[in-house]
Amino acid sequence: MADVAQAPKQRRRGWFAIPRNRKDAVWFVALALPNLVLIGLFTYRPLIMNIRFSLLNWTLGSATAIEIGLDNYVRWFTSGDAGIVLTTTAIFAVATVGGSMALGLLVALALNQKVRGRTIARATVFAPYVLSGVGVGLVWLFIFDPIYGLLAWVLRTFGAESPRWFNDPQLSLAMVIIVYIWKNLGYCAVVYLAGLQGMNSDLVEAAQIDGAGPFKRFWYLTLPLLSPTTFFLTITTILSSLQAFDLIKIMTPTSTGTRVLIYEAYVQGFLAYQRAGYSAAISVILFVILLVLTVVQITVAERRVHYA
Amino acid sequence: MSTTATAATTGTPGTPGTGAAPAGPATPDRGWFSRRNLVATILTGYLPLLLSTLVVALPLLWMVLSSFKGTSEIITLDLHVLPSEPGLHNYQEAFRSVPFGRIFLNSVFVTVVGATVKVFLAIITAYALVFVRFPFKNVIFIAILVALMVPSQVAILPNYILIAGLGWLNTYQGIIVPSLGTAFGTFLLRQQFLALPRSMLEAAEVEGASHWRRLWSIVVPVSVPSIATVGLVTIVAEWNDYIWPLIITTDPNLMTLPVGLTLLQNSESGPQGYGVMMAGAVIVLVPVLLVFAMLQRYIVAGLTQGSVAN
Repeated sequence: MADVAQAPKQRRRGWFAIPRNRKDAVWFVALALPNLVLIGLFTYRPLIMNIRFSLLNWTLGSATAIEIGLDNYVRWFTSGDAGIVLTTTAIFAVATVGGSMALGLLVALALNQKVRGRTIARATVFAPYVLSGVGVGLVWLFIFDPIYGLLAWVLRTFGAESPRWFNDPQLSLAMVIIVYIWKNLGYCAVVYLAGLQGMNSDLVEAAQIDGAGPFKRFWYLTLPLLSPTTFFLTITTILSSLQAFDLIKIMTPTSTGTRVLIYEAYVQGFLAYQRAGYSAAISVILFVILLVLTVVQITVAERRVHYA
Repeated sequence: MSTTATAATTGTPGTPGTGAAPAGPATPDRGWFSRRNLVATILTGYLPLLLSTLVVALPLLWMVLSSFKGTSEIITLDLHVLPSEPGLHNYQEAFRSVPFGRIFLNSVFVTVVGATVKVFLAIITAYALVFVRFPFKNVIFIAILVALMVPSQVAILPNYILIAGLGWLNTYQGIIVPSLGTAFGTFLLRQQFLALPRSMLEAAEVEGASHWRRLWSIVVPVSVPSIATVGLVTIVAEWNDYIWPLIITTDPNLMTLPVGLTLLQNSESGPQGYGVMMAGAVIVLVPVLLVFAMLQRYIVAGLTQGSVAN
C-alpha cells in the first residue's frame, strides 16, 4: 500500500515487511492496541459468544444452562415465530427502504434546483436523521393519537375518522414505517443529491438539445446514471432498517404488529422471557442476514460506492 | 421546466461524499426571477422544496408548541395551534416525575467522555495505520472495516453478561466502556491521513521528531475539519444511543436521556401525559437540533460518507 513508499532506504516492502525500526513496532502497538482490544472485546467477542449461547437452554441470570444443540433454532423455525418475525422484518425493510429511497429521490430532485433557500431546505430535510428515535417516536405517537392527535384532527376536517393506529397490528406496523421513512428520507435525499451533482452535465445538455423532455430525460438518463447511488443506498438502508430499534420500541411497546428480528431478540432475551439462549439464536440469524447483505455490497459494488 | 437540467451544473457547497470538504459560499442564484416562466419556477422549484421542508419541520414545531400548552389544549378535539397561556408546567411535571436534571447531566457526561475517548482513539489508531511501519497493517485495517459492519444490537446479550459479571450494571463505566472502541472514526480518519502529502512529515522525521510529536504538531492540526466531523457524528450517536443504556441501567439516577424518556412514557401514559412527553422530547431533541443547525455541513458530510456506521 501507499505507506511503504515512506522511506526510500526501506528495501523490504509489502505485508510481510519486518520493521527495520523496532521503535516503530512499539509505537504501533502503543497507539493502535487500546482501540483494537476494545473492538475485539466488545464487537468480535460477542459474535462468537452469541453462537455459543444460542446452543444453550439458559435463562438470563440463572447459574445453570443446559446444552441443547440446535434446539433453539429448531424451535424458532417450527414454532411459527419464524414465519411472523421474518415476514414482519421483510415488510418493514422493503417498505422503509422503498419509501425512503423513492421520496428521497424526489426531494433530491427538488433540492437540485437553482432556487434560493435550498441550502436551508437540505439541512432541514436531513435533520430528523440525526435525532433520537426515542424523542421522535414520542412526538409522532402524539400526532397519531386516534382522538387527540393532529392527524386525527386533519382527518376529521375532511370528514374521515382516524384509523386505530395503536391497536390494530397492521396499522401499528404502517405507523412505524411512516415515521421511519420520515426520519430517514433526508439521508437518501442528500446521498441522491450528491449523485445528481456528480453527474456529467454534458450528457444532460445533449439530451436537452436533442429535444428530450424532462420526464424522458429523467427516465432514460438520470435514473440509469444514478444506478450506482441507488445500489449503494439500497444496501445501506436495508442494513440500517434491519437494525431499527428505537422507534419500534417506543411506538409499539408491546410489539403489536412489529415483531422484527432485532426487537424480537430484545423481547425474548430481556423484556418478558429472559430466554438468553433463544435470544442469542435470533441474534445469530440477524447477523447472518446482515453479513450476507454486506458481502453482496462489497463484492458487487466496492469500486462504485462512496468509500475508499 | 428547464431548471432540472441547468441545476446539474452547479455544485452545491458541502457536497457529501467528498469527506470534510469545507463548504464554500453559496453560488449566487443569478436571475432566477428574470426567467420567462416565473409560475413554472415556483411550481417546480419552490413548491416541492417548501412542501418537503414543511413535512419535516411541522411535527417538530408541533412538539415545541405542545410542550408549552395546558392539558385542556392537548386533550381537545379542536385545533389549538399556539398555547393560549404558555407555561413551563409540562417541564416541571417531567422533572417531578423523572429526575431529568440528573439524567440530563448523565447524558452530557456520557456523551462528552465517550466522544472524547473515541475521537482520541480514532486519531492515534488512524495515525498508526497510516504512518507507522508495522507488518499486517492491511489485515488489521480489514478487521476494523469488518467491525464497522457489525451492528451493536447483535452484541448486546454477550456484552450485557460480560458487564454484569464485572458488577458494572448501573454504573457510568458500564454505559461508556463497551462502545469506546471506534471503527467508524478510525476508518474516516485513516482516509483523511492517507490523503496528506508525505513530504510534510519527512522533514520532521529527518529532524528526529518522534511519532507523538509528528502526530500532534503536524497531522492533527491539518486534519481539523475531518476530526471535527468524526467528533460531531460521534457526539450525536452517543447522545442518541438507546438500546445499550436501556438494558444496562435500571436506576433512574444513572439513566441517559433516551432511557429517561422511556421511563417518562411509562409513568405518564395516556393522553393527559402528551404535554409532559413533548416537554421530555424537547429536552432530548433540541440540543441535537441546535448543534446540527450550527454545524450541519460537517455532520451531513460525516454521516453520508460513513454510510451505516456509527
